[in-house]
Amino acid sequence: MEFITDILLLSDSTLRISAPLILAALAGLCAERAGIVDIGLEGKMLAAAFGAAAAAAVSGSPWVGLFAGIMVSVILALLHGYVSIHQRGNQIVSGMAINIMVAGLAPTLANAWFSLGGQTPLLDNEARFTAINLPFAKSLEDVPFVGALYSDLLSGHSLLTYLAFAMVPLVAWILYKTRFGLRLRAVGENPEAVDTAGISVTLLRYHAMVIAGVLCGMSGSALSTALGAGFIRDMSAGKGFLALAAMIFGRWKPVPTLLACLLFAFVDALQGRLQGVSFPLIGEIPVQFTIMLPYVITVVILAGFAGKMDAPRASGIPYEKDR
Amino acid sequence: MSSAATKLPGALESVLMPLLNILVALLASGLVVLALGEDPVVVLSLLIEGAFGYEEAIGYTFYYATNFIFTGLAVSVAFHAGHFNIGGEGQAMLGGLGLTLAVFWLGSSAPVLSIIIAVFGAALFGAAWAFIPAWLQAHRGSHIVITTIMFNFIASALLAYLLVGPLQRPGGQMPESSDFPQGTALPQFHELMEMLGISFEQSPLNLSFLIALLAAFGVWFLLARTRFGYEVRVTGQNSDAAKFAGISVPRVTVIALMMSGALAGMMGLNELLGEQLRLIGNFTLGYGFVGIAVAFMGRNHPVGIILAAILFGAVYQGGAEIGFEIPKITRDMSVVIQGLVILFAGAMPHLFRRPVSALYARFADKGNK
Repeated sequence: MEFITDILLLSDSTLRISAPLILAALAGLCAERAGIVDIGLEGKMLAAAFGAAAAAAVSGSPWVGLFAGIMVSVILALLHGYVSIHQRGNQIVSGMAINIMVAGLAPTLANAWFSLGGQTPLLDNEARFTAINLPFAKSLEDVPFVGALYSDLLSGHSLLTYLAFAMVPLVAWILYKTRFGLRLRAVGENPEAVDTAGISVTLLRYHAMVIAGVLCGMSGSALSTALGAGFIRDMSAGKGFLALAAMIFGRWKPVPTLLACLLFAFVDALQGRLQGVSFPLIGEIPVQFTIMLPYVITVVILAGFAGKMDAPRASGIPYEKDR
Repeated sequence: MSSAATKLPGALESVLMPLLNILVALLASGLVVLALGEDPVVVLSLLIEGAFGYEEAIGYTFYYATNFIFTGLAVSVAFHAGHFNIGGEGQAMLGGLGLTLAVFWLGSSAPVLSIIIAVFGAALFGAAWAFIPAWLQAHRGSHIVITTIMFNFIASALLAYLLVGPLQRPGGQMPESSDFPQGTALPQFHELMEMLGISFEQSPLNLSFLIALLAAFGVWFLLARTRFGYEVRVTGQNSDAAKFAGISVPRVTVIALMMSGALAGMMGLNELLGEQLRLIGNFTLGYGFVGIAVAFMGRNHPVGIILAAILFGAVYQGGAEIGFEIPKITRDMSVVIQGLVILFAGAMPHLFRRPVSALYARFADKGNK
């Protein structure tokens, strides 16, 4: 019985941890499918986390926080878009610039506005996205199996977690079933063809960046107003890069990307559970090694298959109309 | 933007354009300072004064610049081979581990020998840490950007483990090793100057700066004057052409990336063997990432990289000084300035191409009449 409880707890934290990863990975996916490599997911997440926490702390409303988080992230996405599309600059350098800038700017502003040493004030529950109990969760609680699955596992997450999972079919639908999605994918594979058809490559790529910005904004807001209760320095902690890896592992497709995110989140959840647990023969694993686990697994996974084969062909390459 | 292809004279191209970009980056930083309610002019003058105002400040500026020369060269060697090495942080951490092991191994019996071995140890460990991502890139096609970033996290955790475990100072609480044995340190600049009979204020600037300059020359020589350097550049420009010319692309990729790792690894010489004299956790402080900007601002040429490194050294040192004078502006502000310089000077090198070339065209016409 303890084993089942363990599994349930582990799955529950997997779902919770996966939400920001899924949103960020989908953001990266939208950008790369349109031909823009976005290594600045990490910075956008962090900026949104700060924006959301600061706005929620001042206004007392998580919705204002979410809005602010999304706005901050969209502005940075447009900046990256401007560098990549108009300036034809190096997209990796631009992404890293945004990451570094935000890593400095968020604590600087936090310090100037709240004087808490680079943090935002702790958020009350009214200013956060708290657990939502799904309908009938209470009454189904005692039903065997179903109760555990529905009431314990699926119910009781924050709105942003449910939203993250809802975004997967939505993004898939937009990409594969709408005219806009077709064009977006085309602009990442063969921008010349899109241009020849009389559709603006520039506009499409900016649209993709706005979508990426919104998704990344939700991801960062989830970090500081749903999973956490306020902004702390470097709170994204490499999740933007993990999301990027999940997207590559998911071969730039929404559902496989979701599965990759769940895998990473599971490893992260497992990592938390393994701390201080003693194993037969090897004994207790030092905490630093369990922290390594998600990163090592990412490398192993990426080594397991040829990653460059499925990348959108024009991703990372600035489009020059007059070549 | 057809003007992006316009060729400008060398001086405009390599001096004026980067300067204009830096100017915009400083203006943007000024706006941030203004938003914080401080006077940008005061802050800027504090920054310049703090970076170049007196001998100690200059020493610090060049001390930080040494880190950036190593990491900038590292990024540029990889870039010449067509790859992005974002793993400078991790490679530098492992380099630090390598030199620490060398120093503890031989330091008490043969200090001078141990320093020489430490230099190679730093390079060797850095190269080794780059080997796995390099091999995976060359043979499995794993995205080097992702794998090197993952290796940064792994290196950080590994170092954290060693510094609270086997390598921790006995009885210590901090994540740091014991002090290096007596006499195992790179001579500092003011000591060297004293030998020449010149007095210079004490600062952490040390022999690594000269090692960095030597490394810059070595990189130039390798890339511009050797057969292997040629193979690296061909591979970077067009790996298909390289393959048809009989160059072993995987081999060149792996070796170039390991050289990159070795250069990043040598950053530890400056920080640890030059100043800290013990291994500390996360001593790399993002210098590896800034190397990307340094390489790009320096147009991937060793001379440009040295100049860009000095600029970033000045921002770093000057930024720290601002923190002392104006408590509201913390050291994080210098990270913001770095980010903005990377954004404007590294990612948008063509920002002013159109106006500058228009002006140039006008003046060139007048000259001809």
